[in-house]
Amino acid sequence: MNFHPFILPFAVGAIVLFVIIIYKYVSWIKNLDRKQKYFVNKNMFTFKTIQAIGEVIREALIHRNIYKKNPVLGYMHMSLAFGWFLLIVVGKIESSFYAGTFFEEPWLAIFFRYFAKEPHNYFMAAQFTFIMDFLLLVVLSGVFLAIMKRMRSKFLGMKKATRHSTFDRIALSALWWVFPLRLLAESITAAISGNGGFLTGSLGNLMSGLPVQALELPLWWAYSIVLFAFFVALPFSRYMHIPTEVVLIFLRKWGATAGEQYSGFSDIQINACSRCGICIDACQLNFAADINNVQSVYFIRDTRYGKLTDDIANNCLLCGRCTEACPVGIETTLIRQQLRNKAEIPGKHYYDYADTVDCESKPEVVYFAGCMSHLTPSIIISMKKIFEAAGVKYWFMDEEKGLCCGRPMRQQGFVQQSKDLISKNMRMIHSSGAKILVTSCPICYKSFRDEYVLEIPVFHHTEYIETLINSNKIKLHNSGKSIVYHDPCELGRGCNIYDSPREVLKKIGKLQTSELERENSLCCGGSLSNSVIDLATQTKIRDHGLEVLTESNPDILATACPLCKKSFVHGNKAIVQDIAEIVAVNIIAEKQSKKLQLTKNINEFEVNYK
Amino acid sequence: MKHWGFKISKPRVLDFDTANLDAYNRLIEKVPSAHRCLMCGACTATCTANLHTEFNFRNCHLMFRRGQFDGLAEELDKCMLCGKCKLVCPRGVNTRAIIYNLRIVLSDLNYKKIES
Ligand code: SF4
Ligand code: SF4
Ligand code: SF4
Ligand code: SF4
Repeated sequence: MNFHPFILPFAVGAIVLFVIIIYKYVSWIKNLDRKQKYFVNKNMFTFKTIQAIGEVIREALIHRNIYKKNPVLGYMHMSLAFGWFLLIVVGKIESSFYAGTFFEEPWLAIFFRYFAKEPHNYFMAAQFTFIMDFLLLVVLSGVFLAIMKRMRSKFLGMKKATRHSTFDRIALSALWWVFPLRLLAESITAAISGNGGFLTGSLGNLMSGLPVQALELPLWWAYSIVLFAFFVALPFSRYMHIPTEVVLIFLRKWGATAGEQYSGFSDIQINACSRCGICIDACQLNFAADINNVQSVYFIRDTRYGKLTDDIANNCLLCGRCTEACPVGIETTLIRQQLRNKAEIPGKHYYDYADTVDCESKPEVVYFAGCMSHLTPSIIISMKKIFEAAGVKYWFMDEEKGLCCGRPMRQQGFVQQSKDLISKNMRMIHSSGAKILVTSCPICYKSFRDEYVLEIPVFHHTEYIETLINSNKIKLHNSGKSIVYHDPCELGRGCNIYDSPREVLKKIGKLQTSELERENSLCCGGSLSNSVIDLATQTKIRDHGLEVLTESNPDILATACPLCKKSFVHGNKAIVQDIAEIVAVNIIAEKQSKKLQLTKNINEFEVNYK
Repeated sequence: MKHWGFKISKPRVLDFDTANLDAYNRLIEKVPSAHRCLMCGACTATCTANLHTEFNFRNCHLMFRRGQFDGLAEELDKCMLCGKCKLVCPRGVNTRAIIYNLRIVLSDLNYKKIES
């Protein structure tokens, strides 16, 4: 049997790792919420599993997403993950060929060169040696980049690298040493027995002057001990993300998404965070306001180690920029919302004082302006004008006495209060019997779409105006003004509405692009979700945003959210208007357009007559 | 709009020996802008909850500042955190953050975080 006591640390480490990981995964999976379990059971034995395997190869091994965001960082992850993976797989095949059986000692592949010293005559021995050396070189290049990243994060185009916990440090140091030690150990053995390839063999030749016999065993011991350290520290360090990302990809493909409450799936998500730090660079609190301890990577880390404070959990705009940027696809904003959740008092109702009204007028459309729109009356006036111009029978649900949609409560973690508001509003919407619900506020819109149970479709007013234009219910004249559009967080990243506002604006003016738009658009700073920052910080975020948006000096800065409008207006940098306002001033009133048509007809007639 | 704070209030005696003024300082630590409030009442004039009921944030804030906590928790439960007050405040007071923090401090439940 190929055995030497130096394999013991490795073997013990591997067993410990295996046991801890299985224990953790079983308890997390047991803790999935009902919906997540339902989807997992439903989709486990479908084609989705095969798709998940493909995604595991693309993301967990090749790290295509990181590669797309930052090629050098992507190469680093790929060389470490994919390189190591291939080292294991090819090493296993090689040792199986060598032993002539697939069931050789499990450690043989890991310490292969030590045990396989005699001249090689197994199948393709030379090729294997070459491939293994090449793979080792690839992994070493990744290690080199990782060390460079630690020393100078700018080297990899990152503005900020993340800070470390103790376990991280152990695991990280071990990881740095694993492959150099493997290289040295294999090279020394190559110097003794001449079994190395282009890398280990040449290095062995160089080292042949050293007391190789005396160095050989200590190096293999060191290699094994470092592996032990890495394995044992892994489940408690950031490197837990390596196995967890695979689990996450499967669960996600099967249909699991973050629910209302923290669950086992949230645990899996936060453990899948590699602390790559990409989210730090995406966060406006970092680059516009210099707050550097609240970003997703930090709150995830704090949550993992049970150190999350209210101030960190609450200091976030929930803008979703980090979620968009995260290469692992962690639902950072939703998890933060779950962590803000407060205890509930069963049966308690909070808003029984509210005067809710039923609608008797049988309208086609229910219009819900939203609290914020009531602070920007011009949006409401414009919407009224648009409804009237289109001849739509509508009911303005919160004209006199509205209730909040419930989302601000939900974002602050008061789920029960939010549900209370939702049920009241749903009852009113229902009473109208209308066919669609239109709202002017993206915050309400998101809430209507995600939290309400409605039988009728919900439109944000930009979408609604687009349908009015397309069905020729309103006609617009092109003002020729240059317009830059700002994507509100909740409408863009929140609800994926990017095109409707642009289609509408193209009909009214010259739509210009800005540097950061669509998925990358900035938050106006006014977000209600952050209950920690003060006005001065908000102002910094707003001013930075304005700078980016008004780069091209547009005539109008258009937005589709009353809150964004409110924020930007105070920046005094451009004329800020909601799409509804721009549309309303450019509507060609029905009568007038008939008159125009008549004049045109007469003109044509005259031309033909002459 | 009902009662936004400038009606004649019941006579009230403030006993500085028993009033808990310390709590306000703790609030200021969390929400420094709170001390900028000049009690103008704009927040209450715009308040969504105030359209339906006699809920007066300005008054709640004043009571808390004076160390009078009676019934304040239930009163604050009427707020919907909609944020209008924060947007209209001429002094840039983060009213919403005040309400959020007061709720957590004053509630019997203490709104403990759900153990994850
Ligand atoms: S949350 Fe995503 S982007 Fe941020 S450090 Fe973790 S993996 Fe990277
Ligand atoms: S949601 Fe926005 S504010 Fe919050 S951490 Fe992510 S990028 Fe930063
Ligand atoms: S609007 Fe501002 S300054 Fe005026 S009472 Fe309310 S919090 Fe105070
Ligand atoms: S956040 Fe509360 S106090 Fe402020 S306006 Fe809304 S309901 Fe009124």
